[in-house]
Order: sequence, then C-alpha cells, then structure tokens
Amino acid sequence: MTTLEFTFIVATGSLAAGFLGSLTGLGGGIVIVPLLAIVLGVDIRYAIGASLISVIATSSGAAAYVKEGYSNIRIGMFLEIATTLGALAGAALAARLAPSLIAIIFGLVLIYSAYLSGRSRPDHLDDDAPDSLAALLKLDASYPTPGGPRPYHVHAIPAGFSLMFIAGTLSGLLGIGSGAVKVLAMDRAMRLPFKVSTTTSNFMIGVTAAASAGVYLSRGYIDPGLTMPVMLGVLLGSLLGARVLMKVRSRILRIVFCIVILLLGLEMIYNGLTGRI
Amino acid sequence: MLFNNVHKHEWSDQEVEQIIGNLLRGGVILAAIVVGIGGVLYLFRYGSVFPDYRVFRGEPTELRSVSGIIRASPSLHSRDLIQLGLLLLMATPVARVVFSVFAFARQGDRMYVVVTSIVLVLLIYSLLGQSLTIR
Repeated sequence: MTTLEFTFIVATGSLAAGFLGSLTGLGGGIVIVPLLAIVLGVDIRYAIGASLISVIATSSGAAAYVKEGYSNIRIGMFLEIATTLGALAGAALAARLAPSLIAIIFGLVLIYSAYLSGRSRPDHLDDDAPDSLAALLKLDASYPTPGGPRPYHVHAIPAGFSLMFIAGTLSGLLGIGSGAVKVLAMDRAMRLPFKVSTTTSNFMIGVTAAASAGVYLSRGYIDPGLTMPVMLGVLLGSLLGARVLMKVRSRILRIVFCIVILLLGLEMIYNGLTGRI
Repeated sequence: MLFNNVHKHEWSDQEVEQIIGNLLRGGVILAAIVVGIGGVLYLFRYGSVFPDYRVFRGEPTELRSVSGIIRASPSLHSRDLIQLGLLLLMATPVARVVFSVFAFARQGDRMYVVVTSIVLVLLIYSLLGQSLTIR
C-alpha cells in the first residue's frame, strides 16, 4: 500500500468516524484508535497521538454550541483544572505502560461507553436545595428553554471534580475525549441538565486534549503524515454530522454505532491479551 | 454599579461566549488550511512511497517541540508544514484560555481569573515545559 492509498483509506475512515461520532454524540476519537491499530496495523502510540489531535479539532470546530448559551463556562473552567491535571498524568502514564495494557484499558472503556450510551438519560427535576460550594464558586446558572431561561443548581462538586480527573487521565492515556466519564461526572454526580452537561463537556474536551497533546508531541508520538488525514477527516465528518443531526432521528444509528463500539472493544482486549498490539 | 457601566462597558457572559465561539472556529479553520496545504505537498512528495507505521520509531527532534517546529516551518517542507498546522490547532484551546483570563479580569471576577490561570499554567507546562526537560 502506497502513502497515497493509505492516506485515502485513513481519511475516509476518519470521515465516517467523525460523522457517526457527532451524529450519535459519542465522539469520533473513540473509533479512530481501534480503526488505526486493529484494521491498519498502526502502532498504538501513533494512533493515540493522531486521535488526540482530531479530538481537539472536533471540540473547537463544533464551537456553535458555545454561542447558544447552553454550556456553562464557569463549570467548564473549574473542572478543566481536574481534567488538565488528569491529562498530564495520563500522558505520563502512556509512556510507561506497555502498549498491550493500553489496548486492554481502551477496550474496557469502549465497552463501558457502549453500555452507557445504550441507556436512556432522564433529565433531573431540579427542585432540591442549592449546594453551598456551588454558590461559592458561582456555578449555578440557567439555560435557554422554549419557555424562557430555566435556572439549575450544581451538586456534589468534590465527586464531580474527582471523576473529571479520571476523565482527563483516560483522555491523556487513550487519546479520546472521555465523553462517557464526563457524562458520569456531570450528569449523574453533579446533576446538570442534559444539554448543559453535553455542551460543557464538548467545550472542555479541547483544553483537556491540548494538555496531553503537548506531552505526546514532545515524545514524538504525533506523526504529520498519519495525523493529517485523521484530523481533516474527523473534522469534516463531525461538521457534516452536526448539520444532519438537526434533521434525522438517530436512534437506530446510535444502536448500530453502539454495537460497533462494543465489538471494537472486545477486539482491542483480545489483541491486547494475545500481545498483537 | 450604574456609574460603573457608564464609563466602562462590562462584558456579559453571552458576549464572552460569542467571542470564544468565534475564536475557536477561527483557530480550527486556520489550522485546517495549513494542514491541508501541507497535506497536498506531502502527497505529491511521498504519495508513491510505502509507509510503515507498524514499527514505532518516534518523530525526529525538530518535529517534537514548539521551538523546533517553528524553526523548521520556513523551509515549507510538507511534514514541517503539517506539524505547524497541528501546533496551531493545539494553540487554539490555549488561546481560548488566555482570552478567558482576560474576560474574567474584565468582569472583575478575581476567583475565576485564578481558576483560569491555573489551567493556563498547566497547558503552558505541557506545551513548553516538556520540551525543556525531556531531550
């Protein structure tokens, strides 16, 4: 396979990954690494470096959500302390762990993500008492609804902060956006409204990924020839996905993508255990 | 309070969100253009070569650090140019954080100036600190 053919295949796969990732809200990064590592036989460190870059691109590229007023910049900034610290720890860990062990952890995270997105996420009714720490940090806010702005309270900040550190570590270790853990932190622990947690998470992913990308760059894990089609493909795919998102009901697509992620997860664990990665 | 608003316009959270949205988008578009140009040159130069990503070798030192990439970029060599675009992309969230420090300062929100500055220091350490300590 020549570089031209290889680049074409990687770009097409990345385009599809970005498209499905944004359509289903699971992010494109999560399938890029298995695609490169299992299907194309790329060394997992190069694959993670390229994926990390694509994660920055999609987070910043789909910036429209910031303007709609759903994302809470204060929550984002505050939790970014946890995710950037975690990202630095994860990137440092990536250099010390054996690639096969990284593959196994990756597989487990894939399976968990598939499980989490298969479940429904009811919006919480927010009539409980405000949290004093949230008030101190000025995290409580409101978000737009058809019936006017609706206020919400933020809860369990220490738990959310700790989970965000883990999300950052996984992001730095695996080169993904760690959407699944962020959802766990903001949806379940801090009890943010659905739209606020997803958009704020998107907003934070770029900074988190940039923190670990610096470490990957200095270790020589970011290869321009490989990263170029991944970044451009995922970016274009996710922008297309965001366009289409408004028009289609993506339930069936979501189930299909879930199954794909589940299979990739099993494949990663198998490859890790048998020492092929 | 009213008097304050008269002589100095304070940014609302909405205005800050608008500017951040534009900043992020602009950074990504710029980065994508540079990477795209580098990519076309790269395919012309290396398109018929057989790539090997199975074996990890690591990138040459000039493609590993911020200073190295910036020093190499005037050569307009395709791989250097792509790496410069990737660096622009990595700088976009950093620029967003820098702007946030500024915006919170203008809103008079000292606590969040501190919070945002901590994030900024961590990011700068990641981008520059590594290349100074690891060789």
